[in-house]
Amino acid sequence: MNADTTASTPAPAPDGDVLLRVENLVKYFPVQSAALFRRNREFVHAVDGVSLEVRRGQTLGLVGETGCGKSTLARCVTRLYDLTSGRITFDGHDISKLRPRQMRPFRREMQMIFQDPYGSLNPRRRVGSIIGDPFAIHKTATGAERKRRVQEVMELVGLNPEHFNRFPAEFSGGQRQRIGVARALAFRPKLIICDEPVSALDVSIQAQIINLLADLQSELGLTYVFIAHDLSVVRHVSNRVAVMYLGQVTELAPVEDLWVHPRHPYTDALLSAVPIPDPDKSGQRERIILAGDVPSPILPPSGCRFHPRCPKAAPTCVDKDPVLEPRLGDGPDHLAACHFPVQDGEDISKSRPTISADERVIESGLLGGA
Amino acid sequence: MTNIRESAEAGTAVAEPLGTELDVAARKIEGRSPWRLAMQRLLHDRASMISLGVIGFIILVAIFAPVVAAITGHGPNQQFTAPVGLTVDGQPLGPSSHFWLGTDTLGRDILVRIAYGTRVSLIVGVLASVISVAIGALVGLAAGYLGGLTDTILARLMDLLLAIPFLLLAISLVTVIGPGLVVLLIVIGFLGWASVGRIIRGQVLSIREKEYVEAARSLGAGPWRIMFIDILPNVIAPIIVYTSLLIPVSIVAEASLSYLGVGIPPPTPDWGAMIADSQTVFLYGAWWYLVFPSMALLITTLAFNIFGDGVRDAFDPRGGQLFT
Repeated sequence: MNADTTASTPAPAPDGDVLLRVENLVKYFPVQSAALFRRNREFVHAVDGVSLEVRRGQTLGLVGETGCGKSTLARCVTRLYDLTSGRITFDGHDISKLRPRQMRPFRREMQMIFQDPYGSLNPRRRVGSIIGDPFAIHKTATGAERKRRVQEVMELVGLNPEHFNRFPAEFSGGQRQRIGVARALAFRPKLIICDEPVSALDVSIQAQIINLLADLQSELGLTYVFIAHDLSVVRHVSNRVAVMYLGQVTELAPVEDLWVHPRHPYTDALLSAVPIPDPDKSGQRERIILAGDVPSPILPPSGCRFHPRCPKAAPTCVDKDPVLEPRLGDGPDHLAACHFPVQDGEDISKSRPTISADERVIESGLLGGA
Repeated sequence: MTNIRESAEAGTAVAEPLGTELDVAARKIEGRSPWRLAMQRLLHDRASMISLGVIGFIILVAIFAPVVAAITGHGPNQQFTAPVGLTVDGQPLGPSSHFWLGTDTLGRDILVRIAYGTRVSLIVGVLASVISVAIGALVGLAAGYLGGLTDTILARLMDLLLAIPFLLLAISLVTVIGPGLVVLLIVIGFLGWASVGRIIRGQVLSIREKEYVEAARSLGAGPWRIMFIDILPNVIAPIIVYTSLLIPVSIVAEASLSYLGVGIPPPTPDWGAMIADSQTVFLYGAWWYLVFPSMALLITTLAFNIFGDGVRDAFDPRGGQLFT
């Protein structure tokens, strides 16, 4: 009965337990110019050389500030955007250069859950038709069969199947997000990319949706890429976490490892901003306040992109781009891109950069390079 | 203790009717689509309903124009010579019990001719509007969603069309092809879509950035499916509003062309042609020939305009959102 969902799916290639591999992914957006005939010369470096792996049945958390390229990365992986360069391997198949038509069988295998439960559901269409969209688009089920499967998946995500005929406007934010989850689950995909699925919801509802996602993962063996900027949420759901800054991965590690031994000063600063629900402890802790703002992604800083704000910045940081690799004797699973990684127990809120403010090159364009 | 129990009982006694009331409210709320809400607002707008009544009456007149002819006993092109339909000097006769709205320069019944003229006005008004909105919507959808080169070409085409002087082109087209209904439809309908196209394009541009369009793309939907299933329902409100506002414009355009003598050729009754013809005798005191066809035109366009405004308000009660 489910033969149709697997019919045109390519057979998985033997690639161990890695479901998704991203290699050196680059995505630049041309800066829109108003002129009619002028060619664009400037680009937003939204994602700039990201490599990571997502393992089957696991959750990779993706954190970083607004504008660091998390969502762009997600949309490149699902091929909503064309890549500038780089390679995406999904289930053993290179999907980085597929055309929309060739991409279709893979779309059943990877789905997205969107951030805004209000924007992601078409207000003019009934819930049943929204959730039934995957079946309609891939022409796998029609009429009563489609309705039955839609109601099945509605029940799976905790919606009342009777509400099949309602409009999205008749649901609350949490229920709407369940509708989004239901739509993503319709084909029982292998990979679900959750683009900040809970950040638009209030905290009590966040817990419900996160638990729903966790239950579905264990029930259906799903693999998630979980994008968020709420670190406590990421810690709760992820097996491994990638920290992004200005279009690059600065640190990639198993979740507990990252929390206990953050190597990149940026990670350390992020973690120090997580509230501690204990007034005594939170009073003792020193918060790391980063100087300045995130530089423009149009002309990102040279060397380590974090150096203009880094409390440990040194001349090397301006000149050399740090490689993402194990630092300070960490295992092969814990990668950090930093020339001067944070030692265990080091308090970087007391560190001072060894270069002056003038030497911190904010825009690589001023050097005439990049 | 007893007090608490009493108050609790009192509470439930109060709560029960309240609860059923809520149930009723919940049942009412269920299934109210944006459509039904708009229709309800429209039905509650008195001006719209009155103008809708007027429009209904005009449509009935158009359909039953032969009945008007039968009641008066005068055909639309039947000429009555002096002294029945004209004065002995050959001038039009004023309103009388025989000719309710008077006669025209050829001694024809103005009432019957106005009734028949309704047909041309409505057909051209509605058909031309539907044609231009249909083309405009399709072009706007394609330009807005597909973007890129398609958008550039279509947007320039719209600019080009908007730059063409409408009347001059209409007159030259009619003189080349020859007057008639088809030419009117081409001129008014096929040249008038550019402004609709622009509006729809703008709407589509904002809608295509919505996450639900992205969701459809991530599910593997093709551009056609996204344009017609995901985006079109969201621009249907401006489409309807624009159609209803375009009808009076088209009616006036038709009357203008006929007034200039490039519309429906005589002797077919037509309001614009009647108004033009009336000028020859207006100075001799035949005010009725100018006034009654003009009033027919005025009432018709006014009714459609007020109704169109009502439709716009009904679909967009907050105002200003529709045409951004």
